Amino acid sequence: MEGAQPGARLRLVELTKRFGGVTAVDRLDLTVPAGTFFALLGPSGCGKTTTLRMVAGLEEPTAGRILLDEEEITRLRPYRRPVNTVFQSYALFPHLDVFENVAFGLRRRGVRDVTGQVRAMLSLVQLDGYERRRPAQLSGGQQQRVALARALVNRPRVLLLDEPLGALDLTLRRRMQVELKRIQTEVGITFVHVTHDQEEAMTLADTVAVMNNGRIEQLGTPAELYEFPATAFVATFLGRSNLLSGTVVGRAGEDVLVEAYGERFSVPVVRARSTAGAVLLGVRPEKLRLVATADEVPAGHQAVAGIVTDAAYLGTSTQYLLRTGWGDELSVFAAADGETRPVPVGQAVVAHWHPRYAFLLPAGTSGDGSAAPVEAADAVPANGAGPR
Amino acid sequence: MTGARRRLLPYLLVLPGGLWLVVFFLLPAVQLGATSLYDPAGSLTDGYEMTWAFGNYPDAIRTYWVHFVRSFWYAGLATALALVLGYPLAYVIALRAGRWQNLLLVCVVAPMFTSFLVRTLAWKAILADTGPVVGLLREVHLLAPDGRLLASPVAVVTSITYNYLPFMVLPIYASLQRLDRRLLEAARDLNARPVQVFRTVTFPLSMPGVVAGTLLTIIPAAGDYISAELLGTPREYMIGNVIDAAFLVRLDYPQGAALSVVLLLVILALTIGYLRRVGVEEVG
Repeated sequence: MEGAQPGARLRLVELTKRFGGVTAVDRLDLTVPAGTFFALLGPSGCGKTTTLRMVAGLEEPTAGRILLDEEEITRLRPYRRPVNTVFQSYALFPHLDVFENVAFGLRRRGVRDVTGQVRAMLSLVQLDGYERRRPAQLSGGQQQRVALARALVNRPRVLLLDEPLGALDLTLRRRMQVELKRIQTEVGITFVHVTHDQEEAMTLADTVAVMNNGRIEQLGTPAELYEFPATAFVATFLGRSNLLSGTVVGRAGEDVLVEAYGERFSVPVVRARSTAGAVLLGVRPEKLRLVATADEVPAGHQAVAGIVTDAAYLGTSTQYLLRTGWGDELSVFAAADGETRPVPVGQAVVAHWHPRYAFLLPAGTSGDGSAAPVEAADAVPANGAGPR
Repeated sequence: MTGARRRLLPYLLVLPGGLWLVVFFLLPAVQLGATSLYDPAGSLTDGYEMTWAFGNYPDAIRTYWVHFVRSFWYAGLATALALVLGYPLAYVIALRAGRWQNLLLVCVVAPMFTSFLVRTLAWKAILADTGPVVGLLREVHLLAPDGRLLASPVAVVTSITYNYLPFMVLPIYASLQRLDRRLLEAARDLNARPVQVFRTVTFPLSMPGVVAGTLLTIIPAAGDYISAELLGTPREYMIGNVIDAAFLVRLDYPQGAALSVVLLLVILALTIGYLRRVGVEEVG
């Protein structure tokens, strides 16, 4: 594609938006490298859409700056910004056909001959032959493609996507994810994708920023976020985590020693975000293995005993819930690899893990040091470590 | 039993309104058509005879075509003025008024609470030769020292515009109010300046309101006779005044009926032509 103006680097500096007394976006600092697929992930109301609207120019920041490469666009009117948006509701113009919807931005800029560009864009989103249809005559997936083509045809330096797949059913959503990724690679434009669907963010994005309460909790590749979350919120919003609250009681070589519920655990120093005081010891459910007795726990592994209270067979894995001696519940995903036998509900078992899979988080934080300890669980109870 | 009742229900629901229309619209319309074909030589005292006098039509049109032309000229002018005045008003109320929206709507409708006649008479006072408007216009030499507004087309068109303005404002307001604001944001995002947003999105999407508003204004305006009666002279008389006089002064029922039927048909034809041109796709 046209290489003159590829994707730009988007930089947000101390970006803040307050609505009345409510702070929707709180001194946000963020750099999105040029040409990457970037996802802003967070629960509804975390400020991700407001952030996007400020970049688009549809919302005026209370404070802070927005830069494209080195150029400041904070106070530019929307039509002057080399940025376009794919809206959650698509917002296609009902009185215009597909062709005119896609041609809209070009015509407003006074481009004379739009036919070639519009047709090329429709073919990119695989809608050849739909030029004369009205939006009302299209399916949800087709409308989504028109919305994408309508934004992309303007060759924005940054394309903003506001939950663009939210209205589609699951199968279509998965298909469009693959499609989006292909298109982004093809056009090389910086994509900033807002979503509350962690799987979508992980599938699509090179870099994911997890947002909560108007702030970014953690930023990194999907693997970094998943394997070594920075806060309890990230650990529970992105996939599931078992979090045991404990206290650091010392060091043993390269390990941090933690006491929780009267038992000793160790976590490698490199996996610890905090090495003193109250901490949360986290292990992902699929990193846990089940054995019948403590004798079977491999050497060097950590273990917790419990009773199976629930078992859900999901085909690729079986999800167990364990009630521990101190009353908490642990989630264990046992891969259906054909070697492990199903464990009946009511059976006493021991769950164990290798310390290198555990991680240590400072307790009572949600990343910015100001949030209450219960917050992560409150924000997304369904994704927490507890039972679904 | 219940099945039969269910099948009958729609007819039962239509019955009262249908009867009303038959008795008060269809029968009078047929009677009007019949009257227009009575022998023009008849009179109230001698009675009328049905002679299928189709000649009443050419006669009436030949005598009063000027009034027809004038009616549609005044009505068209008033409708255009009402659109120019009413659209911005509806736009502000629907999209910019915020919490003042309801108050402003009441203000638009409030004049309707007083009688049509009283409102038209009020214009007589406003536009009077000794009134403030004429005084000001004479002062700034927009009007000759002995110039007047009353008894002129200006007064008649002003009054018609004023009287039918709410019928223009309300449908436009309704269609702008329904407008999906996200479309306006999308247009802004897609490089449209404010003026372009209006021209390419807001206005086209408010067309159903504009069509409804213009029809609701021009149809009654074309048949208006109070404004010309009270604020004009016979030189400003519209076809409504002629029909009024035919029935109540000259007692020439066949001619009055023929003029009424012609007015009805012209309005019908114009409406259909108008809807064909601008309406169908936008409204549908």
